[in-house]
Amino acid sequence: MAYLELNNVCKTYGEGEEATEVLSNINLTMEEGEFVAIVGFTGSGKTTLVNLINGLLMPTSGEVLFKGQPVTDTSHERGVIFQNYSLLPWLTVGQNVYMAVKEAYPKENKSFLKKRVDDYVAMVNLSPAINKRPKELSGGMRQRVAVARALAMNPEMIIMDEPLGALDALTRGNLQDEILNIWSQDKRTALLITNDVDEGIYMADRIIPLKPGPNATLGPEFKIDIERPRDKTALNDNPNFKKTRNAIIEYLMDIGEERKSVSQEEYALPELAPKSFVA
Amino acid sequence: MEQEIVLKKQRQGLSFLKPLIMKLSPKINKGSLVSFLKKSGITLLSVLLFIGLWHMGAKALYDVEAEYKIEKALAERGQEAADAERACIASGDSSCQPNTLPSPSQVWASLQSLIADHQVITADKAAFVEKMAATNAKLIAQGKDAIVYTGRASFLDIIFTSIKTVFAGFLLALLIAVPIGIIIGLSPSLRSAFNWFIQVFKPVSPVVWYLLVFMIVKTLYIGDSSDNAFVISFISVGLCAMWATLVNTAMGVSSVDKDYINVAKVLKLGTFQKVFKVILPSSLPLIFTGLRITLSVAWMVLIAIELLAQSQGLGLFVWEEFQNGANDSNSKIIVAMFVIGIIGFLLDRFMLTVQNMVSFNKNEAV
Ligand SMILES: Nc1ncnc2c1ncn2[C@@H]1O[C@H](COP(=O)(O)OP(=O)(O)OP(=O)(O)O)[C@@H](O)[C@H]1O
Ligand SMILES: [Mg+2]
Repeated sequence: MAYLELNNVCKTYGEGEEATEVLSNINLTMEEGEFVAIVGFTGSGKTTLVNLINGLLMPTSGEVLFKGQPVTDTSHERGVIFQNYSLLPWLTVGQNVYMAVKEAYPKENKSFLKKRVDDYVAMVNLSPAINKRPKELSGGMRQRVAVARALAMNPEMIIMDEPLGALDALTRGNLQDEILNIWSQDKRTALLITNDVDEGIYMADRIIPLKPGPNATLGPEFKIDIERPRDKTALNDNPNFKKTRNAIIEYLMDIGEERKSVSQEEYALPELAPKSFVA
Repeated sequence: MEQEIVLKKQRQGLSFLKPLIMKLSPKINKGSLVSFLKKSGITLLSVLLFIGLWHMGAKALYDVEAEYKIEKALAERGQEAADAERACIASGDSSCQPNTLPSPSQVWASLQSLIADHQVITADKAAFVEKMAATNAKLIAQGKDAIVYTGRASFLDIIFTSIKTVFAGFLLALLIAVPIGIIIGLSPSLRSAFNWFIQVFKPVSPVVWYLLVFMIVKTLYIGDSSDNAFVISFISVGLCAMWATLVNTAMGVSSVDKDYINVAKVLKLGTFQKVFKVILPSSLPLIFTGLRITLSVAWMVLIAIELLAQSQGLGLFVWEEFQNGANDSNSKIIVAMFVIGIIGFLLDRFMLTVQNMVSFNKNEAV
């Protein structure tokens, strides 16, 4: 039994004439302890896929199985880092994280919870900003709070929706390492949505492209056979890295081209011949 | 760690005091002083202009009235009577003054006399209390009611009554509208069930609310001779004014950002936690916007309702002065008008300050 299984999952938004099928026939299997990255174009349905897995959305058809059980609701076992941070603006950084930690550890005492909050806020280098409100933070800082909040809950599976998009290269690298650290301790399972192929290769065991929507579906997977721990600086000289990277980028460019030509076909003008005017 | 909303100190609502605060602070730099002088100069100028226009307008109306009186005397009683009338008006004798829009100086004089009157009444009251102290002590010892002062209310007492009525009405509105708003905001089916109710009762005029409350309270107070004017007026004020809060609360609660609801779901907050930690904080700004409207509506309808309910407040004061028709009645009405306006302004500023304190989206409250 796989850890996470998506069988022929379809998701349609809207009803009747308005209905658009965003995701079609998604099939995905993840084993426990795996790190999978999904890359895809904007608007292809990545966030929709994430919400189907974390339990915020239900599939229109098909099934999502987590440890063999259908996903019917959210769960503390699956932590989520939202793409749009989703911090509560009336709470400070510390309070946002505290709220999550308190829910994840309902039996622990206050000092434990507080220490955990401090630790995770420190991990994302936001200790000086712990008493600030989201409004006072930059986009990157907010993103880091969202990372701290999700990881502090100690979920078995970490679901990340473009978690590092707004960060500069250096901060991004540090946080990638932190996430990898947390993932490799007690072998958690991780699903990463990203638009950065290099990030996917550095972090994941497999990369799966999501084709452009509507009716987006998953493309062929690319296995990353690079030994862990991976060294970022050495990665560039690794022939395996270059090969995989080129293969993925080529594939993405191909489906990008395909999309363009498809959409051109779609918008081809209908043949309109003028009626003959008879006086 | 505190999970409550920490109220942030912000003085936006009182920002009109800023120039004053700046002036009082020891560190005045030249630029701020200049801008302060400029700002307050413009304000002062506009006030002077307003008073000037008012003075001229009042003068013109006075002349029209005076001319008419003299003409009338001439037509009815001949030249001699007209001359006498003219002399009488010129002498400022109160028996023959034209009755029209009072001038600024008359209004100022009325204010002074109202304050003097207040002092007289206060002294009266103190004397009465002293005189009756021994008697009252005896009465209370015998288990009877003490004798209380029932003389005329002074202008300040009247203002105080009005403010008391508004706050009681506001509190009532808050206690009714916020909980109901939250409940119907949370449930779409309750919302549609209540919708007709809100739509029908919201536009009902203060006068009708007063009559409705009067009907009910009169019956409830049956056999009780005590004065229920205050009760009737504050309930009417509250019922008139609560709709903005009700609608805003329901809207705020029902339109919480989807992202916050998703957070609540992913953290798996219980219903209670979800309502108090996510839904309510996120709708607080809208609730307070509603409360601010409620307070200003309460103050607006108060005058009409006090008049109807014969409650000893500013509304009744204005009406009685109008009926009275004494020489300084008109200027007393104008004094009351300014007092009403200024208190209304201060109440609104107060609410704006509170609103800004609970608003996590700065600049939201205007
Ligand atoms: N609640 C919704 N109702 C209707 N349509 C929706 C809804 N949410 C998303 N969509 C549509 O589904 C498609 C996929 O959206 P989604 O947010 O999953 O894309 P995404 O891949 O996450 O994009 P991005 O990279 O920009 O985050 C879009 O065309 C979007 O318009
Ligand atoms: Mg997305």
